[in-house]
Amino acid sequence: MNVVTNNKWIGQRTIRPDGVDKVTGRAAFAADTTMPGMIWGKVLRSPHPHARIKGINTAKAEALPGVKAVVTAKDIVNFPVDKSVMLGIQDMRWMCRNVMAREKALFPGHPVAAVAATTEAIAAKACELIEVDYEVLPWAIEIDDALKPDAPILHEFNKFEGKPSNIAGKLEVKKGDIAEGFKQAEVVIERTFTTRPVHQGYIEPHACLISVAADNKTTIWSSSQGQFMVRAMTAYLTGIPQSDIRAIPAEIGGGFGGKTIVYLEPLATLLAKKSGRPVKMVMTREEVMRATGPTSGSKSMVKIGAKKDGTIVAAQGTFYLQAGALPGSPIRGAVGCSFSPYDIPNVLSVGYDVLSNRSKVAAYRAPGAPIGAFAVECVMDELAQALKMDPLELRLKNAAKQGTKAAHGPVFPRIGYVETLEAAKAHPHYSAPLGKLQGRGVASGFWFNAGGESSAQVNITEDGNVVVTTGHPDIGGSRAAIANVCAELLGIDYRRVSVLIGDTATVGFSNLTGGSRVLFASAMVVTQSAEKVITTLRERAAKIWEIDPEAVKWENGAAHPASPNAGQFEPLTLAELAAKAPSMGGPIGAGVQLNTEGAEGGFGTHICDVEVDTELGIARVIRYTAVQDVGRAVHPGYVEGQMQGGVAQGIGWALNEEYIYNRDGKVDNPGFLDYRMPVCSDLPMIDTVMVEVPNPKHPQGVKGVGEVPLVPVMAAVANAIHNALGKRFYSLPMSPPKVLEVLEGRE
Amino acid sequence: MAKLHVSTTINGEPMEFLCEPNDTMLDALRGPLALTGSKEGCASGDCGACSIMLDDRLVCSCLMLAAEAEGHDLGTIEGMAHGERLHPLQQKFLEMAALQCGICTSGMLVASEALLRKNPRPSEEQVRFWLAGNLCRCTGYDKIVRAVLETAAEMREQGIKESVQ
Amino acid sequence: MTDIQYLSPATLDEAVSAFAAAGSAARILAGGTDLLVQMRAGSVKPGVIVDIKKISEMTTIEETAGGGFRIGAAVPGAVLAEHPRFGKIWPGVLEAVNLIGSTQVQGRASAGGNLCNSSPAADSVPAMIAAGAIVTVAGPSGRREMPVEQVPAGPGRTNLKPGEILVSFTLPPRPHGSGDAYLRMIPRTEMDIAVVGCGVSLTLKDGVCTAARVGLGAVAPTVLLVEAAAKALVGSKLDDAVLNAAAAACSAACRPIDDKRGTIAYRTKIAGVLLKRTAKIAAQRAGGN
Repeated sequence: MNVVTNNKWIGQRTIRPDGVDKVTGRAAFAADTTMPGMIWGKVLRSPHPHARIKGINTAKAEALPGVKAVVTAKDIVNFPVDKSVMLGIQDMRWMCRNVMAREKALFPGHPVAAVAATTEAIAAKACELIEVDYEVLPWAIEIDDALKPDAPILHEFNKFEGKPSNIAGKLEVKKGDIAEGFKQAEVVIERTFTTRPVHQGYIEPHACLISVAADNKTTIWSSSQGQFMVRAMTAYLTGIPQSDIRAIPAEIGGGFGGKTIVYLEPLATLLAKKSGRPVKMVMTREEVMRATGPTSGSKSMVKIGAKKDGTIVAAQGTFYLQAGALPGSPIRGAVGCSFSPYDIPNVLSVGYDVLSNRSKVAAYRAPGAPIGAFAVECVMDELAQALKMDPLELRLKNAAKQGTKAAHGPVFPRIGYVETLEAAKAHPHYSAPLGKLQGRGVASGFWFNAGGESSAQVNITEDGNVVVTTGHPDIGGSRAAIANVCAELLGIDYRRVSVLIGDTATVGFSNLTGGSRVLFASAMVVTQSAEKVITTLRERAAKIWEIDPEAVKWENGAAHPASPNAGQFEPLTLAELAAKAPSMGGPIGAGVQLNTEGAEGGFGTHICDVEVDTELGIARVIRYTAVQDVGRAVHPGYVEGQMQGGVAQGIGWALNEEYIYNRDGKVDNPGFLDYRMPVCSDLPMIDTVMVEVPNPKHPQGVKGVGEVPLVPVMAAVANAIHNALGKRFYSLPMSPPKVLEVLEGRE
Repeated sequence: MAKLHVSTTINGEPMEFLCEPNDTMLDALRGPLALTGSKEGCASGDCGACSIMLDDRLVCSCLMLAAEAEGHDLGTIEGMAHGERLHPLQQKFLEMAALQCGICTSGMLVASEALLRKNPRPSEEQVRFWLAGNLCRCTGYDKIVRAVLETAAEMREQGIKESVQ
Repeated sequence: MTDIQYLSPATLDEAVSAFAAAGSAARILAGGTDLLVQMRAGSVKPGVIVDIKKISEMTTIEETAGGGFRIGAAVPGAVLAEHPRFGKIWPGVLEAVNLIGSTQVQGRASAGGNLCNSSPAADSVPAMIAAGAIVTVAGPSGRREMPVEQVPAGPGRTNLKPGEILVSFTLPPRPHGSGDAYLRMIPRTEMDIAVVGCGVSLTLKDGVCTAARVGLGAVAPTVLLVEAAAKALVGSKLDDAVLNAAAAACSAACRPIDDKRGTIAYRTKIAGVLLKRTAKIAAQRAGGN
């Protein structure tokens, strides 16, 4: 859908600045880089799901010709378990134990040692020569197993309600009084849902290339969603001061949250330091699947009560999310987002963080929210069915609006949820006829979105063009949108604006690429920088014309007298003013560093059609429409792209993606053959409707868009399959054997 | 054991390199040949990010021994543009936002170009099944498929014949 | 640093000598779409790789007298698809071969490699079995022939003797009124290993089935020739009762396992469903011939 705009660049489908490099194979991803003298690092990983590490003997590995360095946990800074040290949302106590096993190996694939050698083959051989004395312990992976009274405890120091437990945390939000609320309910639906762990599925494995000089000056090229996070985590874990580390973000081949922490960088840094050689480390696909965080598997209980007229009076959710080996599952997203689309007077939403012997969870696109939304949006569908109401009407009747107090606390300002429901209802998809064994489902979803720290510089070149340096890795097309904003503000042709991503040495502190915040935050600081530049340009013109700067306006890339009273002067273009800069006060440029505020959450409503082969149990999505309040689509092509990508991930999560564990507690499908992500032929075209309700707190009205698209999908698919078959699904994935089981009543 | 010496032609240029007998062509491209446009996503032939042309066939370079390149003509992403002139597919991908992170893009373009050479008039279904071996996690494939179909239509109109080699 | 040897002999005799000389350390390289994956995973560590793609007998397709075909064992699926007549006469065998992997894999993967890799789920094998293919094998003691269903011995193992190399598949001339088909069940639309694969070849005369063969894959340690299912079809007009009986015979023949691709219960049920669908398509094609 083309967004109507009277802007010249904002809202245009411009060519992304990094695009030509990407279509010609020139773009430099972390594994593409080399440095002279480079050697290779490999990781030795635990074969056991749970084992105490009694000792490690690296002598034979160190003696192998070609080996230049070996690293074990003793080389990594220890963060004692009794003192929390936070870096953003990550606790360094867990990070130091995640990058390398310390007291215990906690999952198959947990790093135990690392080696750097002149070839990959030698490094791998050296790993085989490292002798680790394991005391194998019993393990638990599934939530139910981890919560049994006699479950093996992963961390004795972790206590819940006074005793050692695999529950590492609890979060609760409360509104009103649900006991009273449910008393008023005339219809109550209560269901339990389970989901399997799924991986973010980025096609580019983690990779880095790191050089450390004898004086600790460190250069890091890595695939990450935050060069400042890389610098900080590496500094914390190696002891090298942050000021000695320059972290450069390579082009990143997908992240979706999974690259908001480090795995390899601290190891490669220590290997580079010990060996005196640059060290390159690239994960294999198998390592990615075994040892980098997928998201949580989950068990959720959701209960919603309503009056016969459809007014929801009470809602309760209890969400158990797997943290994996170390604390930190995204219960905040499940607890805080699941009921947010609705104005419900009485809510109790509780989440439990459950430890288990699998890799530590990492963020995955609106972390926690898709899990909670699957449960809530399926219950909403059953509620609509019980009330004999259209599912979109039920949502409209209870929709959160401006002034609604969300269950997770804030009062919503102007939001666009109702607009997404109305657009969905009015869309031709919603009323299109359905054929045999076809069904349609809808679902909504919410995600917080974030603001946070961002820095930018806008500098005018001597020949009158613009270089913008921003601070966040671009995983979705943000450089194009930033260029649109800057071109618009300065009133010049888009092609005269160059947008680059700085590294930790060349741009001010900028928080992670994540939380759907990059354009929101960058556009804010770029806008403020550009405004400062415009002020300077007006002052320079004013000086030339000998008038007051207040009497100068900046329009269409030039300074003009603000009114006929100011005088008759020919406009002074950016190029002309730039040429005069040296004699008129110096460089024209400005930088801004801010902790941006004013980010608003986003809402989406999706419509999904499926067709089911009831003999084979195969459900296929045959039509999909995603409606989302996007605030302002600065670059519509990339906003659509975020929506379509999130939908595709959700369809995979709904139908075929899951971690399969074998009897020994190991991942049985650590590759793209049996970890079944959607392929091109699995999907239909994914239609998008961008509803624009501008964010009043942002200069361009931007709201984050990247994460919301994943939130409603699994419920939309499940509700569609129900519509086709008359059967409900309470567990994901809805793979063919499961569909047949449900059809035959055997679930 | 000494390395093997391989003589081959890549993007129309004669090239030589040394490799181990068990190195894949992808290892050779990204290593001694410094042609890093082909990417490794899985090293098991499941993602297509390493797609190249072997003579006139679309193949995964991770499923081919480097030694097998001897005497053959290879085409990689680096050969798709000619100097400043992008292939119509490359241009269309840019215009239609058919890429985001870009890691699958090299493979997608090589595969799409192979399709249009074989079938200048593919249907949406044919495009989707042809590209089933090229995984993308960012785009949901929608804009990629549209870009291929539009390029096919434009190329038919203009009667252009482009080649990777 | 590696001790691997790569050889690419120009003649079959050279290939057999080299292969036999290296004993169990040797592997044949055709398309490489299984071998390279296994080498990378460390499950296969060959000392000698014998690349047979320079041997013309292994990479060519010949039409034999009377309308049969001899297909070199290393002919890639994409090349087989481009043959002007093969797919018209054996659409089931062709579609089975063409289902192996992606477009990229099709550019390399061969029916010979698929058969000798001996996965219980190999796509081409049920169709080859249904077609009644005979394979020619060359070894140190000379050549011999065997029905294709006798080649797989178990997962990853064949009945070929040490030093023997699969050379070609021979498909017999097709009687009038014959048709074949192959279907598989996979959870996605592409890129999956078959959860169940079914190949059916049959001959119809005046609407009555006069000959039939059924191959069933991914439901036992080797691909099965299901004689009971074929027997149920022969002599009938393929009405629903007959198809149900043949389907039941397929389900009864199943000896599957539970694994990450399917359960015993699911595979057993699907075997029957696929038999019916495949037989119907084969019959339609037979009726058109």
